[in-house]
Amino acid sequence: MNGTPALLEVESLVKHFAVGGFAFDRGRLLLRAVDGVSFAIPAGRTLGLVGESGCGKTTTGRLILRLEQPTSGMIGFLGRDVTRLDREGLREYRRSVQAVFQDPYASLDPRMRVGAIIAEPLVVNDRVGSADARARVAELLDLAGLPRRAAELYPHEFSGGQRQRIAIARALSLSPKLVVLDEPVSALDVSIRAQILNLLVELQDRLGVSYLFVAHDLAAVAHLSHEIAVMYLGKIVEIGDAEAVSLRPRHPYTQALFSAALPAHPDDAREDIVLAGEVPNPLRPPSGCAFHPRCPQALPRCSHEAPALRARGGRMLSCHLYDGAEGDDHEAPALRQPSVPAPHPS
Amino acid sequence: MTRLLDVRDLRTQLVTKWGTVRAVDGVSFALGEGETMGLVGESGSGKTMTCLSITRLLPRPAGRIVGGQVLLDGDDLVRKTEREMQRIRGRKISMILQDPMSSLNPVFSIGMQVQEPIAIHHGLRGRALRERAVQLLAAVGISSPADRLRLYPHQLSGGMRQRVVGAMAITGPPRLVIADEPTTSLDLTIQAQYLKLLKELHDRHRLAMIFVTHNLGIVAKMCDTVAVMYAGRIVEQGPVRTIFSAAAHPYTRALLASVPRVGGGRVKLTAIEGQPPDLTATPPGCAFAPRCPHALARCRAEAPPEVHLAASHRARCWLVTGS
Repeated sequence: MNGTPALLEVESLVKHFAVGGFAFDRGRLLLRAVDGVSFAIPAGRTLGLVGESGCGKTTTGRLILRLEQPTSGMIGFLGRDVTRLDREGLREYRRSVQAVFQDPYASLDPRMRVGAIIAEPLVVNDRVGSADARARVAELLDLAGLPRRAAELYPHEFSGGQRQRIAIARALSLSPKLVVLDEPVSALDVSIRAQILNLLVELQDRLGVSYLFVAHDLAAVAHLSHEIAVMYLGKIVEIGDAEAVSLRPRHPYTQALFSAALPAHPDDAREDIVLAGEVPNPLRPPSGCAFHPRCPQALPRCSHEAPALRARGGRMLSCHLYDGAEGDDHEAPALRQPSVPAPHPS
Repeated sequence: MTRLLDVRDLRTQLVTKWGTVRAVDGVSFALGEGETMGLVGESGSGKTMTCLSITRLLPRPAGRIVGGQVLLDGDDLVRKTEREMQRIRGRKISMILQDPMSSLNPVFSIGMQVQEPIAIHHGLRGRALRERAVQLLAAVGISSPADRLRLYPHQLSGGMRQRVVGAMAITGPPRLVIADEPTTSLDLTIQAQYLKLLKELHDRHRLAMIFVTHNLGIVAKMCDTVAVMYAGRIVEQGPVRTIFSAAAHPYTRALLASVPRVGGGRVKLTAIEGQPPDLTATPPGCAFAPRCPHALARCRAEAPPEVHLAASHRARCWLVTGS
């Protein structure tokens, strides 16, 4: 947000799904999976997208990958609106935007050798010669921290962490500018997660690739991201600098979310904000601010008037509590805040 | 604190088509009345098999306890018949599993499933049975519990289902609850609610609890003591604060250092290189030696004994033996 020209610019992105009902009723209900989402990702930076199941974070990722057609809104990539691309334009866009998904067991074809898996995007898109493809595969295996002989093996011969490395190598084969990472470490064992998170940081530093990091693990997101966006029922409620959002959350939902993140040490003093109730049915979202029925600080107007996402001291917030506070972080009204967990020497 | 559970040198084997796996390989720990212990490890470390051995619910015919004792109030569960175990499960020990959908039967209503253990353990019938079920559901924070009795599991959210499972687990009420990844399938704010509920139930009934988890955060938040498992053995155990502040075993230290933390910055994490061990081919020495940055020649040849570092702090590592 700070002057760097954005690689990806998402503007009022909307995706509604027609669901529910039988026969004549079919399609009567609208699931507002993504309901007016805007953000930007500069080159070489990471935006973390967090929220609970059903908040629309995965759909947002899929819209950017153009696996779903948006209902409305704009996805600007290098100054071009990619929601209106023709076949050829889309093909080119997909070379620049790649994905790594949660389940490395499901995303690799078990009948292909790893070399062929990694080379497939090259062959499909650039029609490179086999010698060039082999050289590129070797280079990608090195990048992903896999042995070169891996090219001759099949996915089942690898552990989960190594399979995720293969998926990362494949995603990087076309030198994309943006990689959508959808829960890339959730399926991995604890001791392996750090390996993959380190690899992702290292690759970003070396290649200058941007990430959209979609995950529910707040610590992993806070670790990898430059900026964090928090979603609730299809809308962004808070977005800003990763450290500011994670350590000094402003929106009551963000505060509750980061308060619910488990402590790293038994002595981490933190205020427990335990929200009552559950995420409401997205088919019938509450009126006004969708978070108001669970919000510990809801005002009367929150139930009928939806707050807009507005700039508030270096970040964007969608909350009536901050109406009228235009200053920076220090001048914003003092809210109950979870205390900052003290870092512990390892 | 009196000892409620005393597990001594427990050994459990699993016969698989790839060979016999020593899933639990000489595990010993004790748990006092009302105490909470975290049993931590990665997949395949034997933490779930340890709990299934305690409750004698090992998969049959593959799983078999081949040695050791599980003393509950001094009574060895390993020697109990299946009939005797049925009286112990639910009344003295109960379990909460990761996926509430697999603990609930989809074709029976919530009411029938919550009432079944009450009828078995307390012999209640009719109106009294129904009232007790409503009380239990209310105790786990389910709103309008009387109306929920008619519902089926698919009509409840994941968090609600897990609460129902929690209600069934405290029917006894038991002395010991084993919670195997109880919140892994739940969203963060729902996880916070559920952990709060478990803490309340623990305080109210003075339950002893074992949290089986791969998540060190749950241990930090909920437990008094922690035991870290690797390849079927407890490599380190002790009070939670000691383990988090002054872990002795390289695996425990690496595990703690490998977890990113909110506010920790974009620093490089200390990754544990290599892969978790293959249990069908465990090395002769310390199972962690191939991944251990401090491994000595001795570590690869000889398994380290368990060493007492302090009253209740023990570790299995040649580096801490001091010899």
